[in-house]
Formats: sequence, C-alpha cells, structure tokens
Amino acid sequence: MAGSTLFDKIWDAHVVQQLPGGWVLLHVDRHLLHDLSGTAGLRDLAERKVAVRNPELALATPDHAVSSVPGRTGDTFAGGARLYKGLQLLSNMAGIRLFDLGQPGHGIVHVMGPELGLVLPGLTVVCGDSHTCTNGALGAIAFGIGSSEVAHALATQTLMLKKPKTLRIRFMGSLGNGVTAKDLALHMIGHLGASAGTGYAVEYAGPVVGAMDVEARMTLCNLSIELGARIGLVAPDDKTIEYLKDREYMPQGEALSQALAHWQSLLSNEDARFDQEHVIDVSGIAPTLTWGTSPEHTVGIDGRIPDPAGCGDASQRQAWQDALEYMGLRAKQPIAGIRIDRVFIGSCTNARLSDLRAAAAIARHGRVAAHVEAWVVPGSEQVKRQAEAEGLADVFIQAGFQWREPGCSMCVAANGEQAAPGQRVVSTSNRNFVGRQGPGVRTHLASPPMAAAAALAGAIADVRELMR
Amino acid sequence: MTPFSTVTGPAASILQDNVDTDVIIRIERLTSASTREELGQHALEAMRLLPDGKEDPAFALNQTAYHQAPIVITGRNFGCGSSREGAVWALQARGIRCLIGESFGDIFYANCFQNGVLPVRMAPDAVTQIRNLARNGQHVTVDLSSQRITLPRGEAWCFDIDPVRREAMLEGLDDIAQTLKRSPAITAWQALDRTSRPWAWAARR
Repeated sequence: MAGSTLFDKIWDAHVVQQLPGGWVLLHVDRHLLHDLSGTAGLRDLAERKVAVRNPELALATPDHAVSSVPGRTGDTFAGGARLYKGLQLLSNMAGIRLFDLGQPGHGIVHVMGPELGLVLPGLTVVCGDSHTCTNGALGAIAFGIGSSEVAHALATQTLMLKKPKTLRIRFMGSLGNGVTAKDLALHMIGHLGASAGTGYAVEYAGPVVGAMDVEARMTLCNLSIELGARIGLVAPDDKTIEYLKDREYMPQGEALSQALAHWQSLLSNEDARFDQEHVIDVSGIAPTLTWGTSPEHTVGIDGRIPDPAGCGDASQRQAWQDALEYMGLRAKQPIAGIRIDRVFIGSCTNARLSDLRAAAAIARHGRVAAHVEAWVVPGSEQVKRQAEAEGLADVFIQAGFQWREPGCSMCVAANGEQAAPGQRVVSTSNRNFVGRQGPGVRTHLASPPMAAAAALAGAIADVRELMR
Repeated sequence: MTPFSTVTGPAASILQDNVDTDVIIRIERLTSASTREELGQHALEAMRLLPDGKEDPAFALNQTAYHQAPIVITGRNFGCGSSREGAVWALQARGIRCLIGESFGDIFYANCFQNGVLPVRMAPDAVTQIRNLARNGQHVTVDLSSQRITLPRGEAWCFDIDPVRREAMLEGLDDIAQTLKRSPAITAWQALDRTSRPWAWAARR
C-alpha cells in the first residue's frame, strides 16, 4: 500500500478484528515470559480457570530474580525462589517451553529470543517487560506490557490496542572510533528527551543503522523505551537474514522461502509517511555516558556536568539540581576522572557476544583498579559458553573481573544484587533511575568498552585513549 | 475491574518530571510482597522518605492535608520506564484513584486502565492551574462520566479521554472476558494465518 511504513505493514497484517473507536484486536505471534510478570500472568489465568490459548507460541525463561553467582540454582536468591518455582510449575502445566537455568537457550529474555531464532522479522512479540522493544531490531513489532495484558495475551493470543503514531529517526554520517550503538542511543535520548518517543512506534533508519550489525541494532532498539517509545524497530535486511540463518528455530526449506518473500515486502515504501521525523548526524558524537538520574541526562566523555543555573526551564533546572545532589556531583565538573566503585557489564542492552568482545578488547589492556569491584554477567547461557570458548571469560578473569551466570542481575537488582548506598557504578544497562541499582546507588550508563575502561582506570575514562 | 465514576478529595502535588515506575515501587517490594495491598506502604518511598528513613515533611503525600489524597497531580512523563504493573497497584493500595498530568509513560498509562485508576492527560496550563488551586487541601472532583474536573468555587475544566476506555472504566469491564467472546474470530484468523504464514507458526521443533 502506498505510503505505508514497515510498522504499518506489520501492524495491519496482524489485525484480527477492527473494534469500535479505532481499536483493534491484534494477534500476538510470540509471547515471552519471565519469572516476574510471566509468573504473575500465568497465576492470574490459573486463578480465573482460563486456559492458555496457544502455549506453542509462548516461551519462558527465568532471568530477573535469579542469582548470577557462579554455580547458582533457582534457590540461591531466596527472595526469588517462589517466582522461579512458580514459573517452572505454571509453564509446565500450561505446556509452555521453559528454558531453564544452565540449559542452552536460557538467558535474559530479550537476548535468548533472537538468539534462538524464535523472534523473526514481521512478527508481533510481547512480554511483560518494557525492554521487549529490543526485539524490534530484527524487524518485528515488539513491545512491553503489564501483567494484566500478559494474562490477556495468554488467554486470547491477542491484545486490544490502538495504533500508535509513527516516528522515524534517521542517523547520518559515521560513528567515530570507540563510539558504539550505546553511545549513539544515549546521545539520541539526551538530544531529544526522555519523553520524545511517548505515543510513538519508532523506526530507526539511515546509513548508520544500515551499517550496524544486528546486535548493535538490538542495543539501539532496547533504549527506545528510555526515549519514551514502547516500540522501536529496524527494517530487516541481508544482515538480519545472515544473523538468523543458522538459528535453531529459523524456518527452513519452503517455509523459509515464503518467509523471505514476506520479509522483503515489509520495508517502508519510498513515499512512506511518518507522523514525525528526526535526523541525527552522528559524526561528532563522543563516547557518551549519563551523569544524572534520567537517561536524558547525558554527556560526552570530553564534556562537563551541566550547570542548572544555565537551564531555562524551571522544572528541568530543579531536576538537574536534584540529580546533582543524588549523584554527588558538582555543576561544570568534567565527567572524565570521576572516581567509581563498581562496574557492571551485562543486561539486555549490552550483554551479547559482540558486547563482551568489545569489553574484553579493552580489559586486555590492564587490571581492574584495586578499589573497584567489576562484574561481567553474560546475557545468556549461549553467550556465556561462546565467550568461554573464545577465551573472553579468561581475559575478564585475568583482568580481575568476576565472571558470573546469565540473567538480569544488577541492571534491575530484582535478585538482590545491588550496590551499596552512595556507591558509584558504571553500568552497561539501560536505567540510571534513583535507586535502580539499590537505594542511594549512583549509576552512570555507558557502553561495554567505556565500562571496561572505567574498571581499569578506577574512574570514568575515555576509552579512546586505551585504543590508541 | 473496579468501576470508576467519580472521585472527590484533596489532590497532592508531585512536581518532578519523569517520575519512573522504579521510583513509584522498588522491584524488591514486588518480589517480596504476597498481596497487592502490602505495596501501598512502599509507594513512592524514594520520594517520600529521607535517606535516614524518616518521612520528608516537604513531600505532599506526607502532609496531613494530603495523606489520604485520592488524586495526585503529576509532572510530565509520570510512570515512565519499567512495565511493572505493581506501580499502579502500589498507588492504588495507598488510596490513589486518579492522576492528573501533562503526560504519562505509555505502558503505565495502559496499566492504569487495567486497574480502574484514571490517568487524566491535560494541557500544561490546566495542570498548573489545578495544581495551584488544589493547594491548602482544597477538594478536587474528577467526574469521568461528564469528563469534567471541578473545584468548590466553580472552576471547571473538561478533559479528553478515549471513549472506549471511558466506557470500560465506567462499567468496570473485564478485558479478558470481553475478548474471550471474540474467540471465534480469533480461531478463524489463526486458521487462515497458519496457511498464509506457516513460517510464523514454526516456534516448536
């Protein structure tokens, strides 16, 4: 259809029924369940005595409330044991496959779904987790829902929705040395604001996205929700197909030919109309971190903490002031050189093999500073095994990092893995909210190489100096 | 779902923009709670409590006039971040039934309607006017049926809301029960889809 975007085409192909008032019943092709919202949704349905409609389209994995300590079991974090066992029991009863701890396929839900080829272009994917947008990197409509909607999707394999507006963000130019998709995404949020995407489905496009590998696109799409957008996606291309080619659940034979033909038809038309468009030139972007308590509080590594006094908007001025106080920082202070206590390399944003390779390439240059505790938490069992086989785990261990078991760990700290009040953490995760990594904990979001550089320096540092 | 028609009471003010759902309810409160009611005591603790654990007297919900406030006037992008529905449950367990603000996080906004908590989006000027008039514990009435917000001295504002959501809230409709009635349409769609997109159904080996 003329004027259609990638998003429009996938959406329209999933409308089961038009409802009054512009609402639709939208089909759900894949439902990812984890130990927090998945267990809650399954329990809700069991209490209602309603069956799971299509258990074959759902998959479960415990990631949020399980310990990442080497040799862990589902009981190691006692506070999560009830949720873990609930997910095991309820998914088993419903006939939903569970990828359990230690098994290939287990991992952070948004790492293992694409890794297994269970998420494919053109699909609709939901999960009771706001970072479901990560999966949009494969050219799927993927979005987070609350646990009531989890129950609704389990019971009916549909959701009642109104179509969001569309936004296209095109990235022009080329990324500098040491600048990753994470830096690009943080820069974008800092530039456009943490609510710029609210109400929109975002398509990322332009030569920079075309040049990114699929895992980097996942990092970019992952941070859509930090821009306010529930959905972020990238058009499938040769890189997407190449990424999926040998994945366990990739369609084969005749089904694959049909799929490829379908995926080719999904691209936004030349004359596609978006409700809003932005163009961002990436050429001048430095490695970027957050300095404050919203993902829009960003600063390049060569920059300084902003001065609230220079902020025209009264509400934002107060927010900056509050953030400075919480973070224990001064206005106009250079970001580089700020002493840190912890480093966390992990999460659905940045714990894939390419992320660990990039971090290990920096970790080779030295040892973790004596006062820093640094963790690497691989995104999945497969990532863990591959990283061990490639020798990345040894690089980290020899440099003084802890090499741990896959899961969400310190990103959301639902498994008790928190930093101590007042500690400063450089983290490759997605949220620097007040208390996110523990009460009073100060989080600086950064890329995996920047996090590794900070671990070695014991302070926020410019990774480009180590790359020279 | 509990139906919502009207609510009257003090409206506590939260000025900060981008109050995220981690701040509304900490994740470990969700993993450890056995009932939704327990969450009420932990709602907004990062804002309500000082680092020493004492209540911050400057925070509106800690003040006598607003302690039981059923309405909160929020900053921009309230409820951004995590999809945790526990954020709505925590506010609800504290007796909050209505939020008035310029904008809300998309997932949080949808979650509110699943639980009979009414999020009202209004223009920035109107939010500021209501915020100023609601000082000193002045009661605010939010009427979903007439889509009006009124104050005792007669000030009034209209608000927009999706008519389908409005009806579901007024009637306390259960989405799952509604959609299960459409089961034949889903079955028919799926039967067709299995033949036109067999690759999309190959999720099991």
